[in-house]
Amino acid sequence: MKTFPMGGVHPQENKLSRAKAIEVLPLPEVVQIPLGQHIGAPATAKVAKGDKVLTGQLIAEATGFMSANIHSPISGTVQSVDMVENGQGLRQMMITIKREGDEWVETIDRSTELKRECTLESAAIIAKIKDAGIVGMGGATFPTHVKLSIPPGKKAECLIINGVECEPYLTSDHRTMLELGEEMLVGVEILMKAIGVDKAIVGIENNKPDAIAHLTELSKKFKGIVIEPLKVMYPQGGEKQLIAAVTGRQVPPPPALPIDVGAVVCNASTTYAVYRAVQKNMPLIERVVTLTGKGVKEPKNLLTRMGTPIQTLIDAAGGLPEDAGKVINGGPMMGRAMINLASPVTKGCSGITIMSGQDAERKEPGQCMKCAKCVSACPMGLEPYLLAKLAKKRQWEQMEAEMITSCIECGCCQSTCPAYLPLLDWVRLGKQTVMGLIRARMAAQAPKK
Amino acid sequence: MEVLFYTILTLCVLGILAAVILYFVAQKFKVEEDPRIDEVEKMLPGANCGGCGFAGCRGLSEALVKRDDISALFCPVGGGDTMKAVAAYLGKAAAEKEPQTATIRCGGTCEKRPRTNKFDGAKSCAVAASLYVGETGCAFGCLGYGDCADVCTFGAITINPTTGLPEVDPDKCTACGACVKACPKRVIELRKKWPKNRAVYVSCVSKDKGAAVMKACKAGCIGCGKCEKVCPFGAITVEGNLAYIDPAKCKLCRKCVNECPTGAIKLVGMEPLPKAPKAAPAAAPKAAAAAAAPKAVEGPATIALKASGTNPLMLLNAKKAVMESKADKSVEGAVVALKESGLKPLKYMR
Repeated sequence: MKTFPMGGVHPQENKLSRAKAIEVLPLPEVVQIPLGQHIGAPATAKVAKGDKVLTGQLIAEATGFMSANIHSPISGTVQSVDMVENGQGLRQMMITIKREGDEWVETIDRSTELKRECTLESAAIIAKIKDAGIVGMGGATFPTHVKLSIPPGKKAECLIINGVECEPYLTSDHRTMLELGEEMLVGVEILMKAIGVDKAIVGIENNKPDAIAHLTELSKKFKGIVIEPLKVMYPQGGEKQLIAAVTGRQVPPPPALPIDVGAVVCNASTTYAVYRAVQKNMPLIERVVTLTGKGVKEPKNLLTRMGTPIQTLIDAAGGLPEDAGKVINGGPMMGRAMINLASPVTKGCSGITIMSGQDAERKEPGQCMKCAKCVSACPMGLEPYLLAKLAKKRQWEQMEAEMITSCIECGCCQSTCPAYLPLLDWVRLGKQTVMGLIRARMAAQAPKK
Repeated sequence: MEVLFYTILTLCVLGILAAVILYFVAQKFKVEEDPRIDEVEKMLPGANCGGCGFAGCRGLSEALVKRDDISALFCPVGGGDTMKAVAAYLGKAAAEKEPQTATIRCGGTCEKRPRTNKFDGAKSCAVAASLYVGETGCAFGCLGYGDCADVCTFGAITINPTTGLPEVDPDKCTACGACVKACPKRVIELRKKWPKNRAVYVSCVSKDKGAAVMKACKAGCIGCGKCEKVCPFGAITVEGNLAYIDPAKCKLCRKCVNECPTGAIKLVGMEPLPKAPKAAPAAAPKAAAAAAAPKAVEGPATIALKASGTNPLMLLNAKKAVMESKADKSVEGAVVALKESGLKPLKYMR
């Protein structure tokens, strides 16, 4: 069975909610919509305090190419457009909407029946995806229309659908593939048309045999779609790892992109969102969020409107466990701990993991003993112990030379470290700083041209 | 024995040969360097802290020798004296700067600013700041993991374990600015160094509205503007809910310190002004003395109008009288006006 060639770990899967069917969460009374919930420039608000909005109405428009539209997930009145604390307590521009009834924009088709045929051209499909504000829903929140707009001189050869969901605990993609598989496959067809390829591979890790069987059965009805079971290994859901696993091709270090090896990768939930956007005119206003954790009474997969307070989801799953130590936005490997549970669900939020008791606490860090376990675990072939040390010493140029920009922040190094060193913390800091330096350098060079 | 002799002889010949070659090579590739660079480097403190903007003292001394105009160069560690000596040696005009010291502009001690969560990541301010807002409710204040103390080459900054805040030893601080750059929250500021390490500064950088500040920290600046009104020198400005005392204008009069409702204005190395001064007799002679030397002061605001045993109306009247006396802009006028209003003058600002 295929997998990526280098590094990786296999953490405990803990997919507690794998057998739980997607539940629809009741409509929230108040939602908060951050303007920056994607990579790139934050959107520009198109509504002001006191405005009435309908469900699915555009409330913030993409600022430039590398940005995404944002739509209202409920109907009601805009209460404020102001700086509000996000999950990490940092201020972010958010639109707060109070719900009144449930009125939708007329053009949206809310029926659940499958609409197979798509007669649109590539450009029209991409335009529709752009209008719907779709971004990568696996967590990276890269605007999908940017990914699909193949730069001149390059050619896509293969579409890869990411159904790997290698992150422990999370099951939102799994349930989407299982329950909305046919819709998703129509989405795959649409994406193939959009980028002009006749081949698509859906990569699914072997710990989801039901999804593999279901989609393999369904894929017989479609042309050019192959379901590829993959060996369970974290971080296979990383774009570059998945490309390596499925095609055997290696994406060169940044600034190279997957398209340089002819691949376009799209997440399973995103593909379903593409189906809804193109066939049903449905903007990205809801998503499946896994609410899970060992202490949680009922781990669940909840179909949630964007902007719903995370506390609402926790309440729906039986409340915060008494010994809860950390509430993580995302999974335990890549997620970020939150301090503000009133913060909203965003486009990139695939799950909320509640760590309780001892699991929540990091162990006291010791000394690096140069065992190089982090080096063998790194799926990008970096040397995390060295990068962490350089970050500590603020040697940013040296970090750049050590290819810090290739880091995908998967956390394999930290999870494998026998001395419990906070490697990822330092590496993330270094990556952030070096990226900032590179951007500054590019900005300084730009006017000269 | 013969073997030993030949060995020593061969080695000696080789050594001499190599020395001769090296001598000529050294002559051929000799780098001409201004000898003054070495001299200037000797004059500099040799801390290699980078406070001047160069990688080390050598870099600065090269720049000092090579550049014609050295007014933009300054060694914060050596200070004005060193710069003067260097300038005199080089025959150039030295930059002059007042001595400065690093000031921690946050008063959120563990006691005043309760922790709302626990951070268990890498113990570094930069890491914590890149991840989230911090352990307290304040988004602006000191994080307390000591990045400033780590980068200080002079051991001038230590984290006080009881307050959780860094403390600067002004005698060791050279104002190189390394801590200012290292602090991700920009809490540290280089401020004018007064004699005897005296200082008055707003010990808060929170730009939150008053209510939010009060919720997070009992020692924060709420931007009420009382200090701005009371400052006789116009040194205090309130911008974005935060007061700032301009070190260039402040004269350490300490009025603002008593006025601040949260104690965000910190006073170092001096006794505070008496809070509610008793009625005037003790102060009267001083006033008279001040009046004797008719020195122009800026308006009547410099006179404290608090007197015991006067009703508010009288106070108002006195204020009015003082306001009217503003015209002649002299202390004398103000004192006369006060006397007429039946109030005794209390204290003057010099």
